[in-house]
Amino acid sequence: MVGRIKIENVGKTFENADGEELRVLNDLSLEIEAGSFVSLIGPSGCGKTTLLRAIAGLNPADEGKIYLDDEVVTKPGHERGFAFQQSNLYPWLSIEKNISFGLRARGIYKDKKEDVKHYIDMVGLNGFEKSFPHQLSGGMNQRASLARALVGHPKVLLLDEPLGALDAFTRMNMQDEILKIWNGGEITMIMVTHDVDEAVYMSDKVVVMTPRPAKIEQIIDIKLARPRARQDYDFLKYRTKILEILNFAGQKNEPEYYL
Amino acid sequence: MVKNQFKRISGLLSIALAVLIDQVIPVSPKQPEAKGRYFLYFLLIIGALLTVGYIASFFSKKTADYIEKNSPLIAGGILVLNIVNVVCSKFSLLPVLFFPSLDRVFGVFISDADIFLRCIVSSGKLLLIGFGIGAVLGFTTGVLIGFNKTFAYWFNPLTKIIGPIPATSWSPLVLSLFSTSYQAAVFMIALSVWFPITVMTSSGIQNVQQTYFEVADTLGAGKFYKIFKVGIPASLPSVFLGFFYATTGSFVTLVTAEMFGCKIGIGWYLNWQKSMMLYANVYAGLILLAVLCNLIIKLLFVLRGKLLGWQKGIIKW
Ligand SMILES: Nc1ncnc2c1ncn2[C@@H]1O[C@H](COP(=O)(O)OP(=O)(O)O)[C@@H](O)[C@H]1O
Ligand SMILES: [Mg+2]
Repeated sequence: MVGRIKIENVGKTFENADGEELRVLNDLSLEIEAGSFVSLIGPSGCGKTTLLRAIAGLNPADEGKIYLDDEVVTKPGHERGFAFQQSNLYPWLSIEKNISFGLRARGIYKDKKEDVKHYIDMVGLNGFEKSFPHQLSGGMNQRASLARALVGHPKVLLLDEPLGALDAFTRMNMQDEILKIWNGGEITMIMVTHDVDEAVYMSDKVVVMTPRPAKIEQIIDIKLARPRARQDYDFLKYRTKILEILNFAGQKNEPEYYL
Repeated sequence: MVKNQFKRISGLLSIALAVLIDQVIPVSPKQPEAKGRYFLYFLLIIGALLTVGYIASFFSKKTADYIEKNSPLIAGGILVLNIVNVVCSKFSLLPVLFFPSLDRVFGVFISDADIFLRCIVSSGKLLLIGFGIGAVLGFTTGVLIGFNKTFAYWFNPLTKIIGPIPATSWSPLVLSLFSTSYQAAVFMIALSVWFPITVMTSSGIQNVQQTYFEVADTLGAGKFYKIFKVGIPASLPSVFLGFFYATTGSFVTLVTAEMFGCKIGIGWYLNWQKSMMLYANVYAGLILLAVLCNLIIKLLFVLRGKLLGWQKGIIKW
């Protein structure tokens, strides 16, 4: 089961500590096809996490609507999995119990034990089922948290810089792991990243966002065959193009004498 | 190496010194005569245990570490008793009424063994009932305040007003409200336990990282599942602190409450012996109380090790 996400004229305003209003999302519309892999990229603080959390239903948008297939999103639900930037595993639960948390919460653990095993295998954590999060490395915890988000078979997986805290080597491995899980479109994936290489390597589409209030600057279709090679001429061309857009988007607000 | 050996044997040396002094210096004639040389027997028992430990330390690394760590402490403790023995029994430099000889103090454990046992059972039962009621109510109110805004609005002020009042200060009121003083004692102990557990449980829950609940939300957990499987486990370290404060507080209340109207119990015993000016018995009662309280606290920490083992890697304690 895969899901399509439709974002319609979404706006969001926060109030900061001084009580001033902070417009974070402004009239943002975007459609994400079922089974596609889409990356959101943009300057830090522009509202990527805010958008992703709105899709998850963790803090709903003030204006506009978000649809999963034909249903309006109003609150969080297991059909929209979320992988947080920090692994956020429960320190009092073993890895196995962490991964199966959602299944247990929904009362379907008994029938899905095989799934738990399958995902523990997939993220390479067999042998660590009984370990506690503090006994594992950051990368292993992040993999466990991916397994936790996936084991309930969400229609859409939302990833908020899931690899941001990992070292470069682990990171590249994990990119392949995530692509393996995505498996050409078995699940819709929406990933926030600040790494252009990562976006080009993984995505069908890269959505480049403007500084706050976030709007969509441009959507780039990555028409490269998979598996992709990071040193290909075309790969580098996409990379340069996105960097140019990002630069352009980033410099809009900067004074002229900078140039 | 030599230093470690000395550490291991220090306890035995201190005992040998105490035995020697006890043998050589005669008891002051001002001290009422004791029925036996109970301090000496005490020293010999501890000495025997230490000797066994010392011999075992040659065969087991774990025992060796344990003895090495604790032997100096025991040596110090024995030295203090040794000094007390010299000052009180041997030369009776202090008023003998208030400072009885150690032989007499330790003798009480033999002469009053029967009544001590009944006191332990009675106090234990009273503590258990009071603590049980207070803990259940305290934990429940804590959870409700932590999770329910309306409940918190009405009960937070109540907790803040009632909580800090020492439970025993209710005694004039409580003794006339309840039909038996036993019930009154249970009530006061429960009250003294209820407050710290309520406060530490509710604050523990309110301080749980928001993301823990968000993770549960995105995994499809319902409200009650989030309360019982996220909120409560995450706040257990704080709940434990509440139990710790409650335990120490309950000892105070227990002893005080027993002094008021009970016919048996450690508090009653202390009060009774004091009114008869039998200070050797008072000291023995206090020693008994100290040993029991320490045992209970120790038990609590064992429980914490079992329940909160996951904390070890996160918090140093
Ligand atoms: N709960 C909140 N309250 C107030 N301001 C917030 C809140 N969440 C995010 N913001 C602000 O909104 C802006 C966008 O945040 P975010 O979506 O996290 O950016 P990013 O694109 O880096 O993920 C930031 O300026 C941030 O300070
Ligand atoms: Mg972010």
